[in-house]
Amino acid sequence: MIEMKLNNFFLQHKGIYGTVVIIILWYIFHYLLQTAIIPSPIETIMEFFRLLQRDLLLHMFASLYRILVAGIISLILGVSIGLYLGLNEKIDQYFSPMIYLLYPIPKIAFLPVLMILFGLGNLSKIMLITIIIFFQILVTTRDSVKGLNKEWFYSIRSLGASKFQLYQHLVLPAVLPKLFTAIRISIGTSIAVLFFAENFATTYGIGYFIMNSWTRVDYVQMFAGILAISLLGLLIFKGIDLLEKHLCKWIILEKETI
Amino acid sequence: MIQIKDLEIKYGSFTAVNKISLNIKENSSCAIIGPSGCGKSTLLYGLAGIVKPASGDIFIREQPVKENRRKTGLILQNYGLFPWKTVWENAILGLKIRSISMEEIDNTVTTILQELDILELKDKFPVQLSGGQKQRVAIARALSIQPDLLLMDEPFSALDAITREALQNLVLSLQQQKKMSIVFVTHNIEEAVFLGQQIVIMDKTEGSIKHIIENKNFGDRNFRFDEGFFQLCMEVRRIMEVSD
Ligand SMILES: Nc1ncnc2c1ncn2[C@@H]1O[C@H](COP(=O)(O)OP(=O)(O)O)[C@@H](O)[C@H]1O
Ligand SMILES: [Mg+2]
Repeated sequence: MIEMKLNNFFLQHKGIYGTVVIIILWYIFHYLLQTAIIPSPIETIMEFFRLLQRDLLLHMFASLYRILVAGIISLILGVSIGLYLGLNEKIDQYFSPMIYLLYPIPKIAFLPVLMILFGLGNLSKIMLITIIIFFQILVTTRDSVKGLNKEWFYSIRSLGASKFQLYQHLVLPAVLPKLFTAIRISIGTSIAVLFFAENFATTYGIGYFIMNSWTRVDYVQMFAGILAISLLGLLIFKGIDLLEKHLCKWIILEKETI
Repeated sequence: MIQIKDLEIKYGSFTAVNKISLNIKENSSCAIIGPSGCGKSTLLYGLAGIVKPASGDIFIREQPVKENRRKTGLILQNYGLFPWKTVWENAILGLKIRSISMEEIDNTVTTILQELDILELKDKFPVQLSGGQKQRVAIARALSIQPDLLLMDEPFSALDAITREALQNLVLSLQQQKKMSIVFVTHNIEEAVFLGQQIVIMDKTEGSIKHIIENKNFGDRNFRFDEGFFQLCMEVRRIMEVSD
């Protein structure tokens, strides 16, 4: 218990330490370059809080909404198809060539197609993020099921488990840690993609906010937007960490003992 | 209790178990010993119904084996515990899968964990346990379904000598107390001689039985200190080393 508390304490300090160093570096750049394009951190932070009282929060929510909806859809689809393919090698044979070809394609290039098919609104943006994350989740899930220890399957079958119980007690918990890793990578990707997608046919979203500030040559506001998107990313990551800590206690113990 | 007739098990075209016939009595213990790769695990999986025979029959209590026979407990070589479940969750899994009431599970499993002296570990995860403790959890899980037949694949091979002997004693007393039959696989001669009432020696490569020895001293806890023990070990060793 004491060890864990100490550990948490250290992690919190790591966060503060990282923030302080970055702000100092930022300030040095600002000071050395002496250009409006890098405003001072303090000015930016003040601007950020001022904007929060106006519509910045709305922009953040618009982006968060798109990421969450896309994330949930691709999780449901990616995990269920991934589990199915991972457990049914014969069927996977027919799908894996397609997956192999489609996986590395930069799907971001399909945004125009998606906008024609699904309209200019939220749907096409959500679809774009969904197809990108979907493949990451699908491939991770399928491969980690394939890598599972055969003994575990013997062991649960000898206890008389049904198909559902096999998923419940073995397959799902076993892929969870890798799934969390995939989700983390996906979130990073989807924020980047969103930034791009939000420059088209929308007036809400943090990506739009940043680019709009840029065209208006309002660099302080642009930096406040960058701060906002970073905080958004941080918030989502912390949420995932918390969930993982709760669901994968055993993995944390494993890391500690090795 | 078990009748095996002309059993043949294949992996593709490779024959891992070749025409084995064997009878195992009620409430007895059968050791299957042989060098690595001779088909011991495959034979055990056959008894567990996990792999299907290519030909031949296996009957347990006059019934042809099928997967997940309700009263067969299986302990795999690496314990087969789930790292994401605590000791308690691992131990109750068999009963939970059978939809037994939580109250009954609680009673049964608490008693078993007490018997095996691991009740205080119930909230730990497998990664926090020693090899011997993990093996006790695996035994607890297998016993929870109240088996009449316990199958074990190299149960103690990864343990140090002292822990191994303690667990051998434990298994011996459990076998006598619970009135069950045990079939276990080992490549350790002392283990086969101490724990096997019937010692089945397998051929090096053919997947067949070379020799069967009846061990009259089975069941004696102090047999290890007996001269007869060493003689029997020597005999097993000699048979194993004879090439045909
Ligand atoms: N799943 C499998 N596919 C193909 N060959 C296998 C498989 N499992 C085991 N074998 C082969 O069958 C033989 C017997 O294996 P096994 O029963 O595990 O031996 P033991 O337990 O005595 O070491 C070995 O030669 C092994 O390589
Ligand atoms: Mg083996």
